[in-house]
Amino acid sequence: MIKRIKTNKARIKDQLFKYFAMLCTGLCLLVLALLLIDIISKGIGRINWSFFSNLPSRHFDESGIYTALIGMVSLLFLTVLIAMPIGIMAAIYLQEYGTKNRFARIVEINIANLAGVPSVIYGILGLQIFVRIAGFGNSILAGALTLALLIMPIVIVATREAIKAVPNSLREASFGMGATKWQTTRNVVIPAAWGGILTGVILSVSRAIGETAPLIVVGALVYVPFIPEGPLDQYTTLPIQIFNWTSRPQQGFITNAAAGIIVLLAFTFLLNGIAIWLRNRWNNKVKF
Amino acid sequence: MRYKSNMLIKNVIYYFAILILSSCFKEYKGKIKIDGSSSVYPLTEAVAEEFREKASDIKVMVGVSGTGGGFKKFLRGEIDISNASRPISKSEIEQAQKNGIRFIEIPVSYDGMAIVVSPKNSFVDYITVAELKKMWSPESQGKITKWNQVRATWPDLPLNLYGAGTSSGTYDYFTLAINGKAKASRGDYTASEDDNVLVQGVASDPNGLGYFGLVYYEENKNKLKLVPVKATDDAEAIFPNDSTVQFGIYQPLTRPEFIYVNIESAKKPYMHEFIKFYLENAEVLAKEIGYTPLPPQVYKLSYSRFRNEKAGSLFEKRSVVGVNLTEALTENQ
Repeated sequence: MIKRIKTNKARIKDQLFKYFAMLCTGLCLLVLALLLIDIISKGIGRINWSFFSNLPSRHFDESGIYTALIGMVSLLFLTVLIAMPIGIMAAIYLQEYGTKNRFARIVEINIANLAGVPSVIYGILGLQIFVRIAGFGNSILAGALTLALLIMPIVIVATREAIKAVPNSLREASFGMGATKWQTTRNVVIPAAWGGILTGVILSVSRAIGETAPLIVVGALVYVPFIPEGPLDQYTTLPIQIFNWTSRPQQGFITNAAAGIIVLLAFTFLLNGIAIWLRNRWNNKVKF
Repeated sequence: MRYKSNMLIKNVIYYFAILILSSCFKEYKGKIKIDGSSSVYPLTEAVAEEFREKASDIKVMVGVSGTGGGFKKFLRGEIDISNASRPISKSEIEQAQKNGIRFIEIPVSYDGMAIVVSPKNSFVDYITVAELKKMWSPESQGKITKWNQVRATWPDLPLNLYGAGTSSGTYDYFTLAINGKAKASRGDYTASEDDNVLVQGVASDPNGLGYFGLVYYEENKNKLKLVPVKATDDAEAIFPNDSTVQFGIYQPLTRPEFIYVNIESAKKPYMHEFIKFYLENAEVLAKEIGYTPLPPQVYKLSYSRFRNEKAGSLFEKRSVVGVNLTEALTENQ
């Protein structure tokens, strides 16, 4: 009898916990849904071709995101171009070549910590090093280098995880056939881990996409009526344009901001979608 | 498959290499770099937009890093023009002398600061500067918390204050005009750099009182109640509006906004052209974006001052509060 009550209690607890967890998930989704509905109902009417093709303007109904969007895409492109090779090679060193000594552990802890540093700190660092000492000024290059620093820890951690997931038997097979460490890494490990690496890189980009604070510090501008023609040109990005619009007195600019947010969300969504697609594709192709 | 993606990456790298090279050799006819206050930004943006029609080969770009942030860049010689919602400070002038930067100060518009309460508030008919000081002075922190402590005839209701954040030029000017010293204010109020947040706060709080730029009141008239201000106890209560602000009747809460031009940059012909264009069109454009223009002769006086390359600040020796710009500029041609 006593034993049965106990199991009943446990069962009730089990059920309660399940509903509690469902409630938590539901709350998250509800908040997200509310935000999305609010933004979309405010901004969707503003999205048309001229919103994408117009330059910034004092008239909210003529103001567009052309330069901001191009600025953002070129900035992210340059960021990936810088962060990806360095991040991947650093991860390969740490995972494949580095010995597990005290120094390696310190480096590891620091990389993990760097991922948690507030982004504005990277901005201040970038301002001093890239804008002033290196003399790149308020250029898209200085912004990309700063963002590259910001996403580097994420790229390194993701790449290491992907490399770690490659079974040792593959490496041993390669060594067994007389391949050197470099040949093994290049021809076996990296191709096998490539899906995971790309996923990590794309996810880190979708973090960088919404960054405003470090870019304001390194000198991204607001009114830029021309698209950047080279990495040393000045630029503006979508989040900064949105930030500026939300602080304007006229209601029309708030609508513009909502429309800008929709575009930004669509971009993030697209990037995450590509990441998932790549992961699935590579998982099907590479089977260990 | 791998081969193809390698080719793609290579092509992209070539593309960027060419871009980098070509941008090094690219010649612009002229670039004008502007940065600074967010409250001067809309006017400068409007001028830059119109100037684009006139001179499309001059690239004008405007940033918003705040009045202080703008001056920092300006004093390092990184930008040509600094947007400022307050005059340059003493320490900034010293910095300018140290760095060998000479500048021309040009007032471009007025900003009236509106004192607002909720439309549900029926008892506030006007407010005096002394009462505002009682509300906002640093000594009131934690002590003045009810409306009846400010004026005995007001009810025994909590007093909730909304005002500018500490890094904005609005904060600097308001504290100087009301409390007599820039940046001297109580800290226990809802502060935001974003005036739309303050609008929302006051609109939804029947016991609230806030201050922000007049244009934010004009755009939210139905949600707010404007309070007229008496400069002294027996003065007339003045509402801020286009004419009381433009002709300096709404005092002491009318502040001029400025652009500061680097004298070295000003020597370039296209910069001269831009400033001339700015001063010729500021009046119309300010009205269009909901700002208050200066009296027309002030723009003319400023232009002749600019043409004479008259360096330095008018406010090294005088206070900006209650200044008559026409007189001050005439004296300092």
